[in-house]
Parts: sequence; C-alpha cells; structure tokens
Amino acid sequence: MLSRKKTLALMGAAAFAFASGTASAADNTVEVIHWWTSGGEAAALNVLKKDLEGQGYAWKDGAVAGGGGDQARTVLKARVAAGNPPTTMQMLGLVIGDYAAEDLLGNLNDLAAKEGWEKVVPPALQSFMKPEGDWVAAPVNIHSTNWVWANKKIFDDVGAEIPTNWDEFVAVLDKIKAAGITPIAWGGQAWQEATVVDALVNSTGGADFYKKTLNEADQDALRSDTMKTVFDRLRKLKDYVDPNYPGRDWNLATAMVINGEAGMQMMGDWAKGEFLNAGKVPNEDFLCFRFPGTQGSVTFNTDAFAMFKVGDDSKEAQMALAKAIMDPGFQEAFNLVKGSIPARMDVPGDKFDACGQKAMADLKEAVGNDALMGSMAHGHGVPEGVKGAMYDVITNFFSSDMSSEEAVKNLADAVALAR
Amino acid sequence: MSFHVSRPASGTQTLWRVLLYSILIFFALIYLAPLYVMVITSLKSLDEIRAGNLMLPPLDPNFDAWAKSWSAACVGVECSGISRYFFNSFKMAIPAVAISTFMGAFNGYVLTKWRFKGADIVFALILFGCFIPFQIVLVPMATILGWLGLAQTTPGLILVHVTYGLCFTTLFFRNYYQAFPDELIRAAKLDGAGFFQTFWRVLLPNSLPIVVVTVIWQFTNIWNDFLFGASFASGNAAPMTVALNNVVNTSTSVKEYNVDMASAIYAALPTLIVYVLAGRYFVRGLMAGAVKG
Amino acid sequence: MSSIIDRPAATRGGVLGWLQVQLPKIVLAPTCVITIVFVYGFILWTTYLSFSRSRMFPNLGWAGTKPHENLWANPVWYKALENLAILGTLYIGIATVLGLFLATLLDQRIRQEGFIRTIYLYPMALSFIVTGTVWKWMLNPGLGIEKLMHDFGWTGFQFDWIVNSDMAIYTVVMAGVWQSSGFVMAMFLAGLRAVDDEIIKAASIDGASLPRIYVRIIFPMMRPIFLSSFVVLGHLAIKSFDLVIALTGGGPGFATELPATFMYKQTFTRNNIAVGSASAVMMLVTVAAIMVPYLYSELRAQKGVQR
Repeated sequence: MLSRKKTLALMGAAAFAFASGTASAADNTVEVIHWWTSGGEAAALNVLKKDLEGQGYAWKDGAVAGGGGDQARTVLKARVAAGNPPTTMQMLGLVIGDYAAEDLLGNLNDLAAKEGWEKVVPPALQSFMKPEGDWVAAPVNIHSTNWVWANKKIFDDVGAEIPTNWDEFVAVLDKIKAAGITPIAWGGQAWQEATVVDALVNSTGGADFYKKTLNEADQDALRSDTMKTVFDRLRKLKDYVDPNYPGRDWNLATAMVINGEAGMQMMGDWAKGEFLNAGKVPNEDFLCFRFPGTQGSVTFNTDAFAMFKVGDDSKEAQMALAKAIMDPGFQEAFNLVKGSIPARMDVPGDKFDACGQKAMADLKEAVGNDALMGSMAHGHGVPEGVKGAMYDVITNFFSSDMSSEEAVKNLADAVALAR
Repeated sequence: MSFHVSRPASGTQTLWRVLLYSILIFFALIYLAPLYVMVITSLKSLDEIRAGNLMLPPLDPNFDAWAKSWSAACVGVECSGISRYFFNSFKMAIPAVAISTFMGAFNGYVLTKWRFKGADIVFALILFGCFIPFQIVLVPMATILGWLGLAQTTPGLILVHVTYGLCFTTLFFRNYYQAFPDELIRAAKLDGAGFFQTFWRVLLPNSLPIVVVTVIWQFTNIWNDFLFGASFASGNAAPMTVALNNVVNTSTSVKEYNVDMASAIYAALPTLIVYVLAGRYFVRGLMAGAVKG
Repeated sequence: MSSIIDRPAATRGGVLGWLQVQLPKIVLAPTCVITIVFVYGFILWTTYLSFSRSRMFPNLGWAGTKPHENLWANPVWYKALENLAILGTLYIGIATVLGLFLATLLDQRIRQEGFIRTIYLYPMALSFIVTGTVWKWMLNPGLGIEKLMHDFGWTGFQFDWIVNSDMAIYTVVMAGVWQSSGFVMAMFLAGLRAVDDEIIKAASIDGASLPRIYVRIIFPMMRPIFLSSFVVLGHLAIKSFDLVIALTGGGPGFATELPATFMYKQTFTRNNIAVGSASAVMMLVTVAAIMVPYLYSELRAQKGVQR
C-alpha cells in the first residue's frame, strides 16, 4: 500500500514539477469528467453549469460516454497517472472508496457539516460518500434497481394483477405467455442480467441474505441452498424470454414493452425516461412496481461527484461545485429529468410523477426497515473485480445450460479468485 | 496496365463476363449493406426506427437527424453538434500524419541505402512495435506525458500517434526503397550529392505512391482512434471520435439512432473522401513495392 | 555485411566529418529512442507489473507468479484463447482468400473498376463505434436479416449466430472480414498488376487455361503478399478490441471474449492490473512466437537476393 501511494505521489510530484506551467488554468475553473451525454442528462447537468457560471466560475466539460462509465474511468486512470486529475468526476459506489484509498480525493467535511448533509442523506448512501470516514463526494441522485416496468394494456387484457411474490409472478408470466406475448423483455448483457439477479437474491433470501451475499460476498452464504434457488428461478425466467435476447440494449427491451411486444422489463428507473419520451403515462399506459417479493426494500445505485485533491487556488471553485450539487433546487430539477429521485430525502416530491413519488416513499420505508442496499449490478455491492467475476458467472449461466449447482459453485469460486 | 489473354469474343466469353460482373456486384452489395442500413436509418424518424424493419427504406425520408447531428447533438453538457470537433481532429491528425510519414521516409532511406551493421535487427525491433496492444501503453504513456508536461495537450497526443505509427511508416518506406535501384543513388553520389541531397533529389521525387499509401494508412488509423484521443486530449480539444462516442454511447437514456448514424457518416467523411480520391494511387503505391516485404 | 553504398570518406576529419559519417544513424536515432522507451520500456514495465501486487494503480510490491496463476485459473481466459485461435485462423484465412479472389476478378479488365474497388475498401474508413451497432442489428434475428427474410415470406430462413453461444464468435469473424478484406484485395491487386504480361501470354500459347495459369503460375508469385497480408491481418486479429466490444460485448455470456478484451477488462474495469498485465505478456509472447520466425526467414531471404 505504502509503495503504491509513494509511486503515485512521485508520479504526481514529478508531473507537477514539469507541468506547473500548464496547471495554472485551475483557479476558478472546474473540470468535470462525466458520462452524461444524452439530451436529457446534458440538459440536467446544464442546470449545474449555469448555476456555477452565475457565481463566476468556469466549467470545463470532460464528457466521455460509454460502458456505464467504463470509458470515463479508463480516461481518469490516464489522467491520474499523468498527475493531472480533474476537479471532479462522476463515480458510482465503491469506486469512490477505491480512489479514496489511494489518497487521491479531497475533503468535504467542513462543507458537509455547514450544510448539514448528515441529516438529509440516507445513511446507507453516506457510507459510499465517506468511505474512509471523511466526505469525499457529493451524491446527485438515487436510482433504485428492483423495479418492474410493465405494459398496462397487456396486464389488463390477460387479467393480471400486480404480483407480490414469486408464485404470483410466475402465474402472471404464464398468463401473458398463454396470450402469445413475450412475457419478459430481456436485455442479454451482463449488467442487465446481474440487475435481475440483484432482485432475485433480494426476493428469494430477503434483505439480510442480500447483504451477506451481494454486499459482503460471504462464501457460506454464496454456497447456500438459497443461492441455488436463486439460480433455479433465474433459469425459470428464461422460459419467458424470446430467443433474440443476447446483446440486446436495455432501451430496445424497453421499446418492446412500450410497443406491446413484451409484457414487462426488470430495470432501474432510467427506463422510465423511455416510456415518458414515447408519450406514455404512469399507471395509465405503463405500471411500475417493485420486483415481487422485494416490497419494502430498495436496492440502489447513486451517481456522485467525487472531488479530487486540488491546489488551494482551485479549492474555492470545487467547494462551490459541491455545494451546488447538493442544492435542493438542483437535486429536484436534475432528477425530474433523469428519472431518479434526489439523494436528499428533504426534497418535496410534488413535482414528480406517480412512479417517482412511489420511489421516494419506498426509499423512506426501506431506510426505516434497514433494507436500503447497494446494488451489486451497479457497483454498489462488491468491489469491481468481484462484481466482474459475478457478471461472468451470471451471464454464462443464463446463456448456457449450466446447472444451478454448478452455478453456485462457479460463483463462489470466481468470487474467491477475484478477492 | 493489366495483362489479358486476348481471345475472340464467343458465347462462352460473354457468359464468363456476365458471371464475372455478377459475382463482383454480388460482393459489392454485401459490402455496401451496412452502409445502406446506416444511411436509411439516418433518414428515418425515431418512431419509424422503433416500430419498423431496420432493413426497409424510410417511408418519409428527411434530413432532420443530419441537421441535429451537425449542430444540435449533445456531445457533453453542451449540445451544439459535432461540427466543431472536426477541426480538433484535423489539428491533431495532419501534424501526426506528416511527422510520422516524414520520419518513416528517412528511416526507410537509412535502413536500405545507408545500411550499417545490424540494420536488419533494428528494423525487426521497430517492426515488433506494430503489435503492442494499445491498452497496455495507456497508463505508462500518461505518466511520461505528465513528466514532459504534455498531458492533455494536442502536442502530447500527436507524440503518441507518431510513436505508434512509426513502425508502420518505417515498414512501408523500407520495403519500397528496398526495391529502388541502387545505381541511381550511386550516380547521385558521384555527382557529389550528400545524405540529404540524395534523398531530396533522387528518392523523394520517386516516392509519391508510397507516400500516398502511408498517408492513407496513417490518416485512417489516427482519425479513427478513440482510446488515445479520449485519454490524452480533453474537453474542447477532444477529437471527432470522442464526440462521436459521446453521441452514440449514452448509457442510461434515450438513444437517437438516426442521429447516431448521421454522426457516424459525418465522422467517416474525411477518410471516405481520402479513399475515393487517393484510391487509385493506393493500389499503384502498394504495387510499387510496399507489399514486397 | 557491408553497406551497399560506399560511405563518404571521412576526409574532412574533426567533428564535422564525424557527424557526416554518423548522419544516417543520427537520423534514425529518434525512432530508436522512441521505440526503446515506448515499446520495449513499456513491455518491460508490463512484464514487471505481471509479477506485482498491482490492483487499481501500478504497485511495485512483488507478488511472484500469483497473477499468472490467477490468470490460468480463470475460465474466461481459456475461452479468450480458444476464440483467438478461431478468429486468428478463420479471419486471416477467409480475408486472404476473399481478398485474392476479388483481386483476381477485378484484374479482368473490369469497367468501373475504381468504383467497385472503393466499395470493397470503404469499410476500413469507418469507425467500429457505429458500424458495430449496425452489424449487431443486421445479425440480430429479431431485427435484421432473418426478420427481413421472414417479412418477405421466407419463414424457414434462420440466421441466429449472434445469439448462439457456440456460433457468436463466427459473427465477429464475419464483421472482421468485411472490414479488412478490402485492404487485402488492394494488396493482391497491386501484386497482380506487377506480374509481367509475357508470362501469361507464353503460358496460354502453351494451351494452359486461364484458371490453371492463375493457380499454377501467378498465385505462387504472390508469396510476399501472402506474408504481408498475414502480418497486417495478424496484428488486427490480436489487437481486435473495438470489433468485439461493439458487436457482442464479449457475449452471449463470455462466449466471444478475446485476449484483448479480457486484458482491458482486468486492467481498467476490474482493478486488477497485475492479472491484466499477465495476459498482455501472454499476448506479446504469442506475437513474438509468430513474428520472430517470420522476420528471420523474411530478412534472410532478402539478404540472399542482395548478394
């Protein structure tokens, strides 16, 4: 650890010595690396940019889209290696902790205390923002991932009610299948399949089992019979999927639900944007409900901006940015566009649609139940290396005829290897 | 230019020509299929793409997506289209292509006409550089650029492209000059021409074909590079491919496939134009010796 | 091994004269320095990292052969190697044969040759960031070619390779061949143009048929081009990354994972630089195993010609 820190420090110091001429651009400029480049996201982020520019700061945009931030993280590594990190970067979950452990992030404690962040940010989320005890990042939103998005007309046509447990769920799927419609719009990409596994583990084993397996990666829990049931159920879901699922983008799966080609999709709440864009109305054209058996708990992922260590001259601008991100007005404006809900629990929900309001209520309930849990599929459950190993097994299980016993063993082995 | 066995026109001959053209056109259609899908998709509305068959022509062709891509697509927080990123790419690609071609030409010249002990080994060592996967050089390269004070600058990016283009340019020129008659060099030297004079007066005027090949190869590779562009240039200096990627690869929001396709065609235009204009020289240049090694 | 061109006699003496003599080496020096630092330096660095405890950032702590053991304990790595073997063989083989075939046809005094040639070449100009999406659509049974055929009434048509774990790697081969066979075609076309007309005339007077002339006489003359295209295609195959990421993302499951994508994921998204470096070293060893004998024979052959 020490030698790694030393190496980085040396690299940084040397780079600084050579590059001091170019580094002076900092002072009142904030450089932001992010991967929000679609129309809605860009518009939402523009609110932040305008806010800062109004205060006299300049915004240097470093957008790098792709792979849910994979590309941007690659770029960040190059920037850090060059001793030239940005002011801030969009990060997900445990990655913040990785950078904090390398001693690359700044300290937001004073600002957090002054603004009272501790009181308004859910505790489960705070642990990601202060991985080593100090605030190093400012959260923008909360996405919950244990959602099912369903076509209401199909549900009405086949006479299905919203299912609340696994058996009811299977019954609904059977009804839709009997009507000749693909029950589940499945996106055959590892992260999407892992999103479903998140929900299955939560539904099958409950919140504590979820934490044991997908947050703590506990070997005994991973090898348990409950885990085997999870894989049995995942296998069962394959009966309700069309054959062309591999590689399908999540938004194309959503389009299947919108167009009535498929009954439902299991996806995080960014899927709502697709429905709204197609002119659909919650509870009239489409339904949003929690994955059967996960009511009262929420698996989440949150987009946060991690603040890098910067020179004293640019600290002021960085703090202004952090403050602006946590501003309730911005959190509301941003999340109305993004489909997620504010990271602050004190933002009123009156402007949000039915699904958004439900998400806010569910969040409060989950916090009360101690069942707000980081999503494994979205980097809030286990370290990146372990997550990748889990992805491999899950996606390989779903696309092959591997048995559940084998899957349980492979999963536990792969996790052990990756730790 | 080509060789032909002259035969009297006969029935078999005509049949053979028909078959020949059929095969060529068949393959041309296959090669064109992806471009066809790109073009028709860029002319469709988003609703039509969602609902319709991807392979069928648009019902109501329009250039809205093209206009949006050019001046209104979101590349980052700003939504002012991809047009201005063209300039960034040219600013990086032209010097990088020029420098690497120039150095490659001199390398080829030295390695064939001013041979020294171990020249072949030096050549082999340079050539091996073509095979280094770019992903492994990313982090150490960034560190060195940081030391040099070139991190996140256009000169830094040019240096990277020159570095990893040199093996190819050296290969092309070396193999071309290998076939170049030594007698001409010797004659120039007898006239008293030195190292540089010989190059300028004798070799360079005869190098047009291989220069075209090298420029095409380098321009295509550098123009289409994403990894280095994203890592070593930032913000407003980002090249076209980074802008294209940002338009296309949005992760959790609505995908506008028509705009994506229009952007992709825009982004490919410079290389496509180079291929069309310089295509004939490309083959001629390859023929003149680039492929001999 | 002596210089072909006689060196200028160092008659002027002194520093200037020395410079004059050393000029060629001085001109070559920047390339050598760049190659030593940015190719071999980085290869050594990567090799070291493959024995280190590096996770998210390079860490100089020694870990022995642990990263290599982890690499060879990973089933995905074996799949990646198997896929590289399939891709390497089929992609290089098909692209070469198709390139030669098209070049031969194009060499038959074709009208609009330039136009057709450009069509075969254009895929090289496109970035795979977007063409990958198009291929993904066309190959997807529910969206592309299969659906088109079904819409036309040919309901028995089936083409679902991309969603089939066993067949998906072949779609990567297809897209790869599409992208680079045009370049191979151009190389062979250039080679065919360089063949002396007299050879064919003489052979045809002897009564040999045209196909026979090509197979027996002309194709064997293309030997240097076969080797060149092998190098160009080989380097594309081992580096192929965009192709897989855009087309299949390594799926279904990890059925189309390749060493390059494996290395990228380990190094950059899974914070496992040591294992990523270990796989990079294996890739470089593979390249060296193929390239060294090739270069050796090639450079020896050329030397023989010069004598």
